[in-house]
Amino acid sequence: MKIIILGAGQVGSSVAANLASEANDITVVDVDRKLLLNLQDKLDIRTVYGHASYPDVLLRAGAEDADMILAVTNSDETNMMACQVAYSLFRTPTKVARIRSREYLGFKKLFGNEAIPVDVMISPEQVIIDYVQKLIAHPGALQVLDFADGLLQLVAVKAYYGGPLVGQTLSALPDHMPNVETRVAAIFRKGTPIIPEGDTVIEADDEVFFIAARNDIRTVMGELRRQDKPNKRIIIAGGGNIGKGLAQALENDYNVKLIDHNTRRSKQISEELDKTIVLHADAADEELLLEENIASTDVFCAVTNDDEANILSCMLAKRLGARKVLALINRASYVDLVESGDIDIAVSPHQAMIGSLLAHVRRGDVAAVHSLRRGAAEAIEAVAHGDSRSSKVVGRSIEDIKLPPGTNIGAIVRGSEVIMAHHDTVIEAEDHVILFLIDKRRVGEVEKLFQVGVTFL
Amino acid sequence: MQLFVIQRILGLLLMLFSFSMLPPVLVSWFYSENAMLPFISAFLVTFVTGTVCWLPVRQHRADLRIRDGFVVVVMFWTVLALFGALPFLLSAQPSISITDSVFESMSGLTTTGATVIAGLDALPRSVLYYRQQLQWLGGMGIIVLAVAVLPMLGIGGMQLYRAETPGPMKDNKLTPRITETAKALWYIYLALTVACGLAYWAAGMTGFDALSHAFSTVAIGGFSTHDLSMGYFNDQPLIEIVAIVFMFLSGINFALHFLAWRSRSSKYYFADTEFKVYAAILLLASLLTVSYLYWTSTFDTVGETILRGVFQTISIGTTAGFTVSEYHAWPGFLPIMLLMMSFIGGCAGSTGGGMKVIRVVMLMKQGGREILRLVHPSAQIPVKVGGKALSDRVVEAVWGFFSLYVASFCLLSLIMVATGLDFVTAFSAVAACMNNLGPGLGDVGMNYTSVSDVGKWVLCFAMLLGRLEIFTLLVLLTPAFWRK
Repeated sequence: MKIIILGAGQVGSSVAANLASEANDITVVDVDRKLLLNLQDKLDIRTVYGHASYPDVLLRAGAEDADMILAVTNSDETNMMACQVAYSLFRTPTKVARIRSREYLGFKKLFGNEAIPVDVMISPEQVIIDYVQKLIAHPGALQVLDFADGLLQLVAVKAYYGGPLVGQTLSALPDHMPNVETRVAAIFRKGTPIIPEGDTVIEADDEVFFIAARNDIRTVMGELRRQDKPNKRIIIAGGGNIGKGLAQALENDYNVKLIDHNTRRSKQISEELDKTIVLHADAADEELLLEENIASTDVFCAVTNDDEANILSCMLAKRLGARKVLALINRASYVDLVESGDIDIAVSPHQAMIGSLLAHVRRGDVAAVHSLRRGAAEAIEAVAHGDSRSSKVVGRSIEDIKLPPGTNIGAIVRGSEVIMAHHDTVIEAEDHVILFLIDKRRVGEVEKLFQVGVTFL
Repeated sequence: MQLFVIQRILGLLLMLFSFSMLPPVLVSWFYSENAMLPFISAFLVTFVTGTVCWLPVRQHRADLRIRDGFVVVVMFWTVLALFGALPFLLSAQPSISITDSVFESMSGLTTTGATVIAGLDALPRSVLYYRQQLQWLGGMGIIVLAVAVLPMLGIGGMQLYRAETPGPMKDNKLTPRITETAKALWYIYLALTVACGLAYWAAGMTGFDALSHAFSTVAIGGFSTHDLSMGYFNDQPLIEIVAIVFMFLSGINFALHFLAWRSRSSKYYFADTEFKVYAAILLLASLLTVSYLYWTSTFDTVGETILRGVFQTISIGTTAGFTVSEYHAWPGFLPIMLLMMSFIGGCAGSTGGGMKVIRVVMLMKQGGREILRLVHPSAQIPVKVGGKALSDRVVEAVWGFFSLYVASFCLLSLIMVATGLDFVTAFSAVAACMNNLGPGLGDVGMNYTSVSDVGKWVLCFAMLLGRLEIFTLLVLLTPAFWRK
């Protein structure tokens, strides 16, 4: 696939790195020569220097035969303009733009080929906000991912001593929860994946990925660990776009406090938020945290743009008694460093975001892709098309489908009905199939599986 | 200070005002009452005075400064009250002193509705009509009217407009041009008056009463053509209901009426914090009043209890000041509670008096903020109304307003007690006048005839203070204002 990425910032470069490893032809455009040089040194990509929305720059980047344009510069307007140019001059098939301002997102009519030709809008801040919001709604979960518009969720939890299912085989699952349909998609034990079989025993400290309907998630989690109390009191450190958006999303359901150290910014946020208490202070100020009752705080989220500050304030909050701490960490190497220690959840913005992009890069009809375990594993929601002659999946039962090793089918969504995968479940056309890949390198084989044969045409 | 410019505008406004003495002449002619002469002479005196003021300085055209605006507004209201008193003074009936005439005129223009005339039913209709008309002119603000009809006031119009309109935030123009804003306000005012008059008429009033009461209802004034006020129509519940509805409507910010009318939808009302609080206060107070009246069996029937209770609550709460029964003799805490409600008054930008609902809302929120600050010392807590943060400037101004309001109230009450009134009468008279309410408690429950002359002048000052919302008047009394 030929992809042009406009903007070599944090998002642009991490997307480039992620996609370059999948045999795509990537061209990155930016106005910063140094960034481009750095990127070109590290990755197998082409770079073009210039302003992202100028037609001649896009032409030089190969817009004429590009399959996809990914506008992720830091200016919404440049991104939209670039998509417009790509559409008007080069008829680029897929145009993805990063649009941060909610002001634009409120008007659906604004986007479309007859208006501003943006096919997919991504807002990294919004993705992270949704991600963290789901984690807070499911106390104890390490990751919560939506499929089929939220009908079905994939949840990662750490199994604890004392959970009723810990020490049991997976085949005992239905006995424990007779009314709940769930599938364990994968188990990671000390970082190595285990393909779940009927006789696999769940041990304490296993990272268990399971799929269930949204309403059943809490029940299943209760079987794997002692039931966590619902979160109520939340402190957010950092009043940037993410912090503010998070407070906005949470303030109606939780008791939210937000800490920011900038006078002007904290004043501004306090005016925009309704129920959140905005504190003008340093998030790593022990006195302040104690005064604001950190000991009875359920979740402390550090979401400033400074990795080190996030990590340190989280460690301090944990030390002072916060029940759960969550840090936003950009640098991949830090994530591994801290997650085994004091910090309960490290959220990597790029990992959270890349999934929403991958869905559009994947061949075949893919509705959602979620990158798991820092990109090593992947969960895919693929749509089956065709019939038993043209497709390799439609009309076959699950045991007959030749899945690549390390891949399993967790569930199927048919219309609005959720069906947990059994070995004899037959896949029909237009089913959404949720697959779990322990090894991302097999993604090409899965793509092929869901591509419709030529005879279908 | 640009004295000549002020003089020119004053002259113009006075000439304009003189024409308001002509309609009573028509009324007098229509009812063949032979009471035309006082009005014609008052018209001539006012018009000539205005012309004499204006003629020598008519070439002095300059933009009004902020200071000039204050002077014009205060001077104008004072001069207007004096000239407006002429017809009362000149008429054979009522035969009242200068003090009483000015009091009556001031009470009319400031939409207070306190009267010193007993025996209204016997007065000529032209005089009765004139009283009602004074209230109507004062309701929306005669200067707003002048801004609307006299574009020659030009850019300076905003200064005058700001000094006269009630409410803490006065820079919200409804339309880009001030003249258009003033016109829009007067159109709404006029429409409400016409609707109210027709409704009264349909409910059973005579044409004259309907027009007269429409004037004083929409202006939230409280003058009536009968000694018994609205109590005169006690056997016609429909009339009271019409009055309730229009007093309620007139107590709403006219900007909301304007937006609702322009967009043909009522969503603006329910999105407005001030309106919601205003409606909630009146509703709760009505409930309380009705239940207490019922509990003490003040009235014979349930229907009467509800009607009288709600009417009186709305009438006092919006500071109209109509009465249907001797509310000052109601049992227990009710008279005091109602009088206290008049401190809250109507919404900003309405014709109602008092401190205005929005200021009370801000004061409450500011109080809440101080409490929250004790719990979270480092928190940033804005004072928000309707989801929008207020600048500290506005909040400070509201506190300043409140403190001056209370201080003026206390001072004036003391003076009133010093003139020989009893405690309750003095306090309630000052409250009723400052809030532009009208009837007080005690001796001033029905009318103000028993107050001494000095007391009446003090109350005139209180009415003006309330109508011009303290600052506009008090700023003229500060040395800093007059320093060159």
